[in-house]
Amino acid sequence: MKMKTPLQTGIHQQNKWKKDFPLFENHPQLVYLDTAATSQRPQCVIDALTQFTEFDNANIHRGIYTLSEAATEKYEAARKKIAEFIHAKTEEIVFTKNATESINLIAYSIRDLIPKEKDEIVVSEMEHHSNLIPWQQFCKRNNMKLKIIPITDNYELDYAEAEKIINKRTAIVAASHVSNVFGTVNDVTKICTLARKHNALSVIDGAQSIAHLSVDVKKIDCDFFAFSSHKMLGPFGVGILYGKKTLLEQLPPFLFGGGMIERVNYLDATFAQVPEKFEAGTPPIAEAIALGAAVDYLKNIGMETIEKYEGGLLAYALEELGKIHEITLYKPGVGKSVAVVSFNLKEIHPHDAAEVLNDKGIAIRAGHHCCMPLMKKLRISGTCRASFSLYNTKEDVDKLIIGLKKVLEVFR
Amino acid sequence: MSFDLYREHILDLYKNPLNRGVIEHPTHEFEKNNPLCGDEIKIQLVVDNGKICDVKFNGGGCAISMASVSLVTEKIKHMDIADAKNLNKEDILALMHIPLSPVRIKCALLSLDVLKGALER
Repeated sequence: MKMKTPLQTGIHQQNKWKKDFPLFENHPQLVYLDTAATSQRPQCVIDALTQFTEFDNANIHRGIYTLSEAATEKYEAARKKIAEFIHAKTEEIVFTKNATESINLIAYSIRDLIPKEKDEIVVSEMEHHSNLIPWQQFCKRNNMKLKIIPITDNYELDYAEAEKIINKRTAIVAASHVSNVFGTVNDVTKICTLARKHNALSVIDGAQSIAHLSVDVKKIDCDFFAFSSHKMLGPFGVGILYGKKTLLEQLPPFLFGGGMIERVNYLDATFAQVPEKFEAGTPPIAEAIALGAAVDYLKNIGMETIEKYEGGLLAYALEELGKIHEITLYKPGVGKSVAVVSFNLKEIHPHDAAEVLNDKGIAIRAGHHCCMPLMKKLRISGTCRASFSLYNTKEDVDKLIIGLKKVLEVFR
Repeated sequence: MSFDLYREHILDLYKNPLNRGVIEHPTHEFEKNNPLCGDEIKIQLVVDNGKICDVKFNGGGCAISMASVSLVTEKIKHMDIADAKNLNKEDILALMHIPLSPVRIKCALLSLDVLKGALER
């Protein structure tokens, strides 16, 4: 049989974005398939961090000197970029530590906005612990009931059940935009519509969607949307909470201290306008600015281009993985997922599989993916998860397949 | 390189574990899981006159935790309970006889944790 050349298959074409990520120059053999845990950073993001530290370093909103004013301007410019990226108003963007803190901010501030007659919070079975535990504990603190939208056999949200579960007693509906385990793209617009119909607030965890889909918070019409910088090519330490301005204005502050006040007396204080009201203390300024650079980078390529490229990669991965006889794929319907695929090989423990893959220079995530109740429901201890970004190639998928064959050989 | 972790003896024990089963009337038993891996191990003992006369384990997990519990249960069979209580991390790692990363050490030590739990009952 005549072998196909790389050109014919298109598989081994050089990826034009990979060169922007210096980590791959330092680890030329690395097959990085754990972007869902954290993405790699392009040079422009690293440069933004360095540039600020070397040339612009000063605190913001404080100094009456040029350097501080310039730092403030850059920090606020980053906020504007992020707002535009998700079609929000600039003042609707709150800088936090990460998506988890963004969700906790809401869970710790929202009590007073909930009408007396409402006593139920709704989440889904596929939530990451970060969008489950804050609500579970919220319910315990406030004597409310946690209701859970189940998933279907296709690893998608059961919307028919959602319609029953979300009702007039529902105070908040919290759901992920994209599942970190299955990559399922949830119809969050539908979920938010259901919530609104019953006068409930909606909180969308966008940690896994933000770098892989065009996000328009106005179209989704969610009340809150949370994500992390480090999963979207930006640095660690910064997260975003988007909230509708009218709601952010009504929410009490979550953290108190410097930078979030208007007037302070010893016995009382009034607070700044949004978003500063939620940004107590010195934020990670260089990191926020570098997140702005990550947004520029993504925008320059175009989210639609990224979506298309990663979609092709995922389709290829699913096809190739599907050819392995011993594999169980936890995959939603065709075209219903992005950037993530979960699987198991026979009864082989995911950690054992990951260990053998690591030996081949392939980095995947293995375990419960911060979704312990979900794993319990699926009656598995965990899965192997490969997740992709624009710097991955079909060659990475091919290496993964070869690696998985080695796993099967070792545990034969 | 070359799968140090999965040397033949580890894989053998994973595929053909020792002392797996159920004791109908144990004098001691304990169950624990490793939340990171989802490994779950239950150890049952029959102690008579200060000696461990029978031991069985049940559960599932990765190759490391399964090999470890096989080795540990084999080691403590017919051991004085006082000696079994004195087993420590180094003893287990010596039994395993493979290099382990900090994360995988936890897998290897789950069996010791469960044993200690059982002996405290």
